[in-house]
Amino acid sequence: MSKSVVIVGASMGGLRAAEALRNNGFAGRITMIGEEAHLPYNRPPLSKEVLAKEVTHEAVAFKLRAQVEDVTWHLGDPATSVDLEKKVVTTASGKSFEYDGLVIASGLRPRVLDLPNGKISGRHTVRTLDDAIGLRAELVPGAAKVVVAGAGFIGCEVAATARGLGCEVTNVAIDPYPMIRPLGEQLAAELQRRHESHGVKFKLNHGISDLTGTEKISGVVLDNGEVIQADVLVEAISSHCNVEWLASTNLDVSNGVLADSALRAVTTDGKSVEGVYVVGDLARFANPLFDNEPRRIEHWNIPTETGKRVGSVLSAYLADAENFAELVATLFMPLPSFWSDQYDMKIQGFGMPGLADRYELVAGELSDELVMGYFRGEILIGVVGIGMTSEVMKYRKELVS
Amino acid sequence: MITINVDMDKCQHYGQCVFEAPDVFKLNDDDKLEFVATADDSRRSDIESAVDVCPMQAISVVE
Ligand SMILES: Cc1cc2nc3c(=O)[nH]c(=O)nc-3n(C[C@H](O)[C@H](O)[C@H](O)COP(=O)(O)OP(=O)(O)OC[C@H]3O[C@@H](n4cnc5c(N)ncnc54)[C@H](O)[C@@H]3O)c2cc1C
Ligand code: SF4
Repeated sequence: MSKSVVIVGASMGGLRAAEALRNNGFAGRITMIGEEAHLPYNRPPLSKEVLAKEVTHEAVAFKLRAQVEDVTWHLGDPATSVDLEKKVVTTASGKSFEYDGLVIASGLRPRVLDLPNGKISGRHTVRTLDDAIGLRAELVPGAAKVVVAGAGFIGCEVAATARGLGCEVTNVAIDPYPMIRPLGEQLAAELQRRHESHGVKFKLNHGISDLTGTEKISGVVLDNGEVIQADVLVEAISSHCNVEWLASTNLDVSNGVLADSALRAVTTDGKSVEGVYVVGDLARFANPLFDNEPRRIEHWNIPTETGKRVGSVLSAYLADAENFAELVATLFMPLPSFWSDQYDMKIQGFGMPGLADRYELVAGELSDELVMGYFRGEILIGVVGIGMTSEVMKYRKELVS
Repeated sequence: MITINVDMDKCQHYGQCVFEAPDVFKLNDDDKLEFVATADDSRRSDIESAVDVCPMQAISVVE
């Protein structure tokens, strides 16, 4: 009988894994189990251009390639458990799916603030298409008062987009500067200045302790008691890993799902599980480009890189291919890459600037287009540019050499 | 032959496609994308990789 693969999570990572399985010759059945009702779509525009215009599935959908035409989509019914011995996934509606190969691609969901008066309307997160549709409806151009909680990339993008729509925007975060963790203080302070010049107000070094309003938000209460008037609160503070469906397994799900360099899931006692693989935001793996510390990387190129890796190793495993051991032993070292659009700024980064102990302006001017190099000791481990694409690309080459 | 199309309303000239298929995509002296409109079938795999890595999902391949 031909073999079958079940992929849990019908988003970018799952889709890329399915494509790569087909590209590597796997011809058996592929079933994609997804919690969302939608076919896979691209998330980054949801905090950027699409949020400013009209949010539709069509505007963000991934084009489905011919290779994946025969994939079975089981959408709107999340996986609730898996039995790794019997190799069967069960879903919320009670259906079960047997597999020979399993791909864990269930990603993240936003963490929300736990607030005493929290059960009122006007609270939003931005992870899914439905989230963005709901938020867009409340971003009344020129009228809405918006508080964004969290000053990471997504929070800052939403702030910029809402400003672009003429909303009044305050960004509240416990960090001293926006986007400080990946970018370092100097660039983060400069980006704060640019946001302020576009009219965003910041309340930094502050948390949110409650909301005012009865049915709908009227204000956001800071931890110093200050109240900021608001119609909308967007929470972009951090994420939870969608691993509850793996709770009955012995996989290491302490932070995402631990994976070996072939992206096979690893148990709490450090053993790789044959036939069970992890992709995307959830995959915690060591990247020899930097060191041997396993990390999750929440950047957009990682679902594609990990999906391709899994497609090649898993298809060889299922075919009992002679080169399986060789494939497993091949180093996996994708270069993390990210970008962010805020106002007219194109921010683009490569590597792991967040791991640097030192950074330095290597091209341009701090107040204009620029390239910042990030170093650990003498070694360049990350580069971030605003504009100056060709310059950024020169340093990118150095990162992989 | 493969026909390549880039939606220039979407393209933000990030240049990520250039790394996947440098013979098809390049950034000119003004950091703007230029690309060749057709390529040989043997280039399919690299061009599909370029489609994958484009942050704006601006590239399409017409069969
Ligand atoms: C608003 C936004 C903007 C972003 N912007 C950028 C950017 O500019 N640059 C950048 O580099 N990255 C950006 N990212 C990050 C990037 O989009 C993610 O890294 C990428 O989406 C991760 O893909 P994934 O397939 O691993 O996970 P996800 O896309 O999270 O997919 C996981 C899927 O699994 C489903 N699922 C969860 N639990 C279950 C279950 N039990 N059963 C079945 N299905 C389940 C979920 O509903 C979801 O559809 C952004 C993310 C967001 C949300
Ligand atoms: S990767 Fe996409 S956005 Fe970037 S230059 Fe190429 S086509 Fe344009």
